[in-house]
Amino acid sequence: MSLLAPPSALVVSGWLPAANPTARLLAATAVGALTLAALDPLTPALVITAVVVAARSGGIPLRLLALRGWPLLLSAGGVGLSNALLGIGGPQAGLATALRVVAAALPGVAVLLVTDPTDLADSLVQQAHVPPRFAYGALAALRLLPLLAAEWRTIAAARRARGLESGGNPIAALRLFAGQVFALLVAAIRRGTRLATAMDARGFDSAAERTVARPQLVRGSDRLLVLGATALPLLVMALGGWLGTLHLLGR
Amino acid sequence: MRDLDLVVEPGERVLLLGASGAGKSTLLAGLAGLLDPAASGTAAGSLSVDGVDPRQARVRTGMLAQDPETQLVMARAGDDVAFGLENRAVPRPQLWPRVDDALRAVGFPYGGEHSTSALSGGEQQRLALAGVLALRPSLLLLDEPSANLDPDGAALVRAAVAAVQQASAATTVLVEHRVSEALPLVDRVVALAPGGGVLADGPPEQVFTRAGAALAAAGVWVPGPAPALPPADRPDRPAAAETLLRAEDVAYTPPGASQPTVQRADAALAAGEVLALVGPNGAGKSTLLALLGGLLAPERGRVRAAASLAGTDAGRPPHRWPAAALAARIGTVFQNPEHQFLTGRVRDELALGPRRAGMGRPGVERVVGELLERLRLTPLATANPFTLSGGEKRRLSVATALATAPRVLLLDEPTFGQDRATWGELVELLATHRAGGGSVGAATHDEAFVAALADRALRLHPVALAADAAG
Repeated sequence: MSLLAPPSALVVSGWLPAANPTARLLAATAVGALTLAALDPLTPALVITAVVVAARSGGIPLRLLALRGWPLLLSAGGVGLSNALLGIGGPQAGLATALRVVAAALPGVAVLLVTDPTDLADSLVQQAHVPPRFAYGALAALRLLPLLAAEWRTIAAARRARGLESGGNPIAALRLFAGQVFALLVAAIRRGTRLATAMDARGFDSAAERTVARPQLVRGSDRLLVLGATALPLLVMALGGWLGTLHLLGR
Repeated sequence: MRDLDLVVEPGERVLLLGASGAGKSTLLAGLAGLLDPAASGTAAGSLSVDGVDPRQARVRTGMLAQDPETQLVMARAGDDVAFGLENRAVPRPQLWPRVDDALRAVGFPYGGEHSTSALSGGEQQRLALAGVLALRPSLLLLDEPSANLDPDGAALVRAAVAAVQQASAATTVLVEHRVSEALPLVDRVVALAPGGGVLADGPPEQVFTRAGAALAAAGVWVPGPAPALPPADRPDRPAAAETLLRAEDVAYTPPGASQPTVQRADAALAAGEVLALVGPNGAGKSTLLALLGGLLAPERGRVRAAASLAGTDAGRPPHRWPAAALAARIGTVFQNPEHQFLTGRVRDELALGPRRAGMGRPGVERVVGELLERLRLTPLATANPFTLSGGEKRRLSVATALATAPRVLLLDEPTFGQDRATWGELVELLATHRAGGGSVGAATHDEAFVAALADRALRLHPVALAADAAG
């Protein structure tokens, strides 16, 4: 399951999918990064609650969020547990670490859930002034990923047909794997070259200014989203400071 | 490509022919302004489009290549057509109407929102053609646009090209192996000679009447029947030949796919027979071949091998056999030969299988020498397999499968993209394998191949279509 799902796979509507993709990305980054400044468990816990509420009101069903977020929960649990058992801070520090991992990554998971890769590339080019060559090149490469997965299986089968197999020997297995990775790399470069040629044949390499087929707008609500996302962790930390529970990084 | 003199007048529709390695694709890429003289070998002479360097004439040129997967850029059909228009800075008010016009002109059956990864090969190529067409090129370069497609998909792409030609006065240069099908699209035929220069040039009837035999001898496909097998290679098959491999009620779903590519299929392969697996793209021909060949484990049903084929692994299905033993009993030749190349020299490539099967040094030397001779690869013995021409790669990949002397040979689209000479050699080679009591299974779209060689054809149908018909 890919975090960057095609739009057809997800029918989600609400203010969050309607927001500008770059604004959404900025908002998620602001929440995640600022929350990391707090080391106590309360700050990330409150931020996570607020993010879940916002995602729900923005149009993401909680079930969907859980479906996409469970690998994150699992890894956060793992990090937290190992910190609780092995770290010097004990269970409380372990809990805080787990919550911080979730708080840092959950906004990104929520935002990517409703982000169509094409819209994101359009918006990054139009609002963040990312070079089109990079944004649309990456977008086209993204289309090739499922093909590479199929190619990997084909290469494995082709090598078995030639009589290649590790036979349970780990060193032979490692050598085989390396050979297969190399073969995939060669195949990926060939495909990528053909794709780049096809793109250039349609004028992608011309130095002239491009026009924009799908304009991405920035509305007042998008500015509000980024502002709100920056304010949220700051307000939560202010609350923690007033309650005396806040523990800031480096203090 | 060398010593080539060629002038194409505006509005001409040229079919470019030539044996594998004659430089057809190179010429097309050059005309499209996609060759970088600094990076791609040595250039001599001059090439111009409308009197200027092709790289300056790029805005007037549109090019369609053969691999549908790498022609498309965007996730939605309409966006993909719009991509070229954005690059050429077409203002937005004109942009989307031009996208719609182009989609209509090629007969694209869906709307602009349709996902480009949910298209068949023929649909993908028509969409790619729409992307080229939207740019309103005055020179249209088509490099085997239907080569990867099944006959129905190829016919739809040709119809789209014909419709485009009717609507515009664009000059067309077309490379196509299926000559008879391509003739309605062209008014001039140019055949490149393998050593350089032009072999024949003129209106189609004239070229094929005057130089047909010479073209065929040079490996170029000409209209009319494919090379016939000598009668000795078509023996009467004993009525009760032993069944070597049998797939019973097998199904397979690739990882991550939502539905199976093969569902409840049966197939049997007898000693001394050639079985053709036919059917449209997506019907599961390659998957069934891999299930028979012990390269995939069926998720239901089973594959059984005769005791005489299974040897020490009797009673076990082929996908559980050790790889070296498998290669000595069932040889599989993949559609893309490069997937199977494992070494840096043609000679090592041929020696690998026999050596892994435990053959001694003198035996390996003898097998390799014989195969090099038989497949005309001796002059290339020390060449790197990846540097060979398309036809040579195909011959080598078949030779590597034959090196371990398997009784069963399975091939995926063996004649795909091959010139007439390689085609004839392949058919003869497989007929010889059959005459020696071996059996051959081939997944193929090539009707001439089926007619020339197959004892039986098994037609497969796409699972999705079957499900649609039932629902």
